[in-house]
Amino acid sequence: MQNIKELLVNKLKENFKTDIESVTEFQGTLTVLINKSRLIDVCQFLRNDTDLHFDMCKDVVGVDYYRPEFRYEVVYNLYSLKNNFRFLLKIKLAEEDMHVPTVVNIWPGANWPEREVYDFFGIIFDGHPDLRRIYMPEEFEYYPLRKEFPLMGIPGSLELPRK
Amino acid sequence: MFESKEKLTKSKILEALENQDVSIYFDDPLDSDMVLNMGPQHPATHGVLRLLIRLDGETIIGTVPDVGYLHRGYEKLAENMTYHEFIPHTDRLDYLSPLANNVAYCLAVEKLAGIEAPRRAQFIRVIASEMARIMSHLVAIGSTAMDVGALTVLLWAFREREKLQDIQDIFTGVRFTTSYARIGGLAQDMPEEAINMLKDFIDQFPEKLGEIEKLLLKNRIFIQRSEGIGVISKETAIAMGITGPNLRASGVAHDLRRDEPYLVYNELDFDIPTYEDGDALARFYVRIDEMKESVKIIRQAIEKLPSGPINAANPKRVIPSKERIYSKMEELIHDFMLINFGISPPVGEVYHAVENSKGELGFYISSMGQGSPWRLKIHSPSFINIQALPILLKGHLVSDVVAIIGSIDPVMGEADK
Repeated sequence: MQNIKELLVNKLKENFKTDIESVTEFQGTLTVLINKSRLIDVCQFLRNDTDLHFDMCKDVVGVDYYRPEFRYEVVYNLYSLKNNFRFLLKIKLAEEDMHVPTVVNIWPGANWPEREVYDFFGIIFDGHPDLRRIYMPEEFEYYPLRKEFPLMGIPGSLELPRK
Repeated sequence: MFESKEKLTKSKILEALENQDVSIYFDDPLDSDMVLNMGPQHPATHGVLRLLIRLDGETIIGTVPDVGYLHRGYEKLAENMTYHEFIPHTDRLDYLSPLANNVAYCLAVEKLAGIEAPRRAQFIRVIASEMARIMSHLVAIGSTAMDVGALTVLLWAFREREKLQDIQDIFTGVRFTTSYARIGGLAQDMPEEAINMLKDFIDQFPEKLGEIEKLLLKNRIFIQRSEGIGVISKETAIAMGITGPNLRASGVAHDLRRDEPYLVYNELDFDIPTYEDGDALARFYVRIDEMKESVKIIRQAIEKLPSGPINAANPKRVIPSKERIYSKMEELIHDFMLINFGISPPVGEVYHAVENSKGELGFYISSMGQGSPWRLKIHSPSFINIQALPILLKGHLVSDVVAIIGSIDPVMGEADK
């Protein structure tokens, strides 16, 4: 377990150098923050490297930190069946540029999780084959997991029977 | 911040009709294929799953699953309540195995806050999780068999499930939405009476399970309706991120109880049943075998069950017992702080997953050091498993749809969150 972690961090640092922005470990969860522009390269490397072989993308999570710079984060939960090892790969996203390249071509299982992130945060996954809302109705105009969306909802945002 | 709009957007089709827009595509009623809408109120979709199936004659050429009919916004709710307040909501995720969901959530919060439950609590949590697995698999097997025409199995499976619910009633106080686990321990200890009932249950259960097996495995109708149906290969299953019994039926021995051990699973001896075929019958076999393994685990856990406290000694994070709250000043203060402001775990993000009856149930929690999570993401196995339905259904007959849905065993409470 320990050596896989070191191997992963060393390989990433070796191949992507300054694009690996930070490597943190908190309560046993390893998190690697990378530059958004290299996301596809890093993912392809992780998927195809014979030693690491991260063959499952278990989940894609959007987080709204509600801060002035780089408001959103997208977290990829990657798992390697070969090594039984899991870590979180993160990118930061500015509010002005809500576009992220899709990883569906690398891990087809990321399809619905990416749709979910789009549904809740309005983050657009470029190149996604079927980017539609998944939980909320198609006519819904807001992104409910953004922090400014009120818990009670917005009156009039869903069509109700007329009086 | 938002203005309420006077007029809502029309549906795209209605708009196209009004504008006489001919670029939008409609089905030709005289074409040889048709679209069949199945659900969300169909009894064989195990909840409110809706499938749009394109049929050529009776053969399925494409499927679009539509989820979200049971969406309750738990992730948004979780951001607005304390960590303790969210426990009852986890019951309502996979409502067939609430005990295991409580444990999964509490383990994630404990990992975040750095708490470890005492050993007795960990063993009881293992027992509870395995009970939940048996309860869930019994429903899966019974309802799948009913969908393909064998009603007896459902009744026999529910008879066994009923016994487990009686035991659950003794030690949690309720039969359905348990909310049994607490952050740092358990709501209450497991009484001797429940353990004795559980011993009686696991003594007779393998025999009853054998009877259920006999009903189906020599039943030509059942075999013909599930063998070679809904096949998914090892590679596709991994690529689609499928977990749980559905993945193990495709020949991948991936089980988080062994691969990322939590609780005391590494001290217990159990096998991970896998089958190579990847069809509906293999998924059925995996569930049957897993129940036998669960019985083994419960037996060992009861034997090894240590005595001792059931809640961690961490007064700033774990709710004290009621007797102490009413008699001791210190505990009263802690209780007040915990209920009103919540536990305040350190700033950071964790992901913790457990092997639930449907697959990997994980909680990603991002904490800003407040009493409520900044972001809580539920990784639900049913959601990911339903994603693979179009692959499973393609090329089969419309009558196989119910058998395939039953075999992947989705629970919409969990898939829709």
